Amino acid sequence: MTLDFSTLLPYTDELVMGLLVTVMITVAATLLGIAAACALVWFKLNGATPLRVMIQTYIELLRNTPFIVQLFFIFFGLPALGVTLAAWQAALIAMTLNLAAYSTEILRAGVEAIPRGQFEAARVLGLSRRQTWRHVVLVPAMRNIYPALTNQCIIVMLGSAVISQISVNDLTWVANFIASRNFRNFEAYLVVTLIYLALAVGMRQLFRLAGWYWLGGRQGRAL
Amino acid sequence: MSLVRVDALHKSFGNNEVLKGIDLSIEAGEVVSIIGRSGSGKSTLLRCLNQLESHDSGVIEINGRTLDATTMTPARLSEEVGMVFQNFNLFPHKTVGENVMLAPMVVRGERERDAARRARKELERVGLAEKFDAWPEQLSGGQQQRVAIARALALSPRVLLCDEITSALDPELVGDVLRVLEQLASEGMTLILVTHEMGFARDVGNRVVFMHQGRIHEQGDAKTLLSEPQTPELQQFISAVL
Ligand SMILES: Nc1ncnc2c1ncn2[C@@H]1O[C@H](COP(=O)(O)OP(=O)(O)O)[C@@H](O)[C@H]1O
Ligand SMILES: [Mg+2]
Repeated sequence: MTLDFSTLLPYTDELVMGLLVTVMITVAATLLGIAAACALVWFKLNGATPLRVMIQTYIELLRNTPFIVQLFFIFFGLPALGVTLAAWQAALIAMTLNLAAYSTEILRAGVEAIPRGQFEAARVLGLSRRQTWRHVVLVPAMRNIYPALTNQCIIVMLGSAVISQISVNDLTWVANFIASRNFRNFEAYLVVTLIYLALAVGMRQLFRLAGWYWLGGRQGRAL
Repeated sequence: MSLVRVDALHKSFGNNEVLKGIDLSIEAGEVVSIIGRSGSGKSTLLRCLNQLESHDSGVIEINGRTLDATTMTPARLSEEVGMVFQNFNLFPHKTVGENVMLAPMVVRGERERDAARRARKELERVGLAEKFDAWPEQLSGGQQQRVAIARALALSPRVLLCDEITSALDPELVGDVLRVLEQLASEGMTLILVTHEMGFARDVGNRVVFMHQGRIHEQGDAKTLLSEPQTPELQQFISAVL
């Protein structure tokens, strides 16, 4: 077999589009998932018992079932309840819910590692629970678990490959498409593999930069 | 009217009755040292005074207002009572200045400029004006504790609670913190201190309260009480710590 990467050239536009889809959906799911996790941890630690039970149930449900099944349920299952979603919407929801569930647990560990004295100091200074959360808890909690959170977001980006199964035109879908057209499986999947690798490496750097900026940079801390 | 009035205060943790009926009145400007063995309930008493612990029965009045979790929000209480902890509890992700400015801005809604000016003034008061932009981790324990005092003072509380605030410090740093307290006392600040610094209690304090097994066992004028303890328990305690 001879390798011939020029066979991919006619598909450059598709590859770029696939890359954009993967990147955009990952960015959206990461931002939404982390924001949701921040809210969920708050309610998990401060909410009424029924709410806490509901949140924990949600977390366990998502952590103990395959992502692809969650995706299929949302895309193929929900229409039975009258909820019909575009493929990309279903994919975004599935990825967000999945990331939120894992990050809630990660973030909770970060909050629980904060010494009790920090909460007491905030309280005697007159801060409400919400103010304490926002000004005293969030940044140190994030710092505590930032590497784990970074990994989780990268896992979700890589896991997004399966959204091609509901025909979202992401990077993996494009690879399948090219291979089915020109039968150059090796070249197509090799190139896409390398793109995923570059995405993962780039994402890690981006997180490092963001963490440096928001969590520790002023203090000259490495994260 | 007393600034702080405690009447028949009871507090248990499970079956462990820690405060067994505390009566205490403190006037504005008084410096009261609470002494006693470890486990006698000193911290719990202080923590009831600012609602870090809720009491089971009895009354606590600060400045004529009854403490009650439903009527006293933390924000409202912070106008009356400030607290400094043994372990400083500075916020590690905020600079010294930001630590002092946080509550005035967030709780009181002060503008950043005003809060910063006040913070500089309070830091000057504790001798750390030049550390405004430093990070807590760059400071010695004694300096961190003085920042914690400035942070509490920035809210102008009527009474400042100090729970063994020199106990976590290296001996050579204790003096700096005590000097700040002494200065506050001379400015008329009401101080309630749990402390093992008997010299400070005698020379700066007005009154000493000796706690023993959840009760106030003996109290009185600082100099008299420490030189002529009446009860055998206090005599024993004093000879043990001196
Ligand atoms: N949060 C708590 N839960 C259970 N027991 C506590 C708690 N805080 C204090 N205690 C108990 O109350 C007693 C008095 O403690 P404390 O007020 O800290 O004493 P002191 O400050 O005089 O050393 C001790 O027996 C301690 O174990
Ligand atoms: Mg104590």
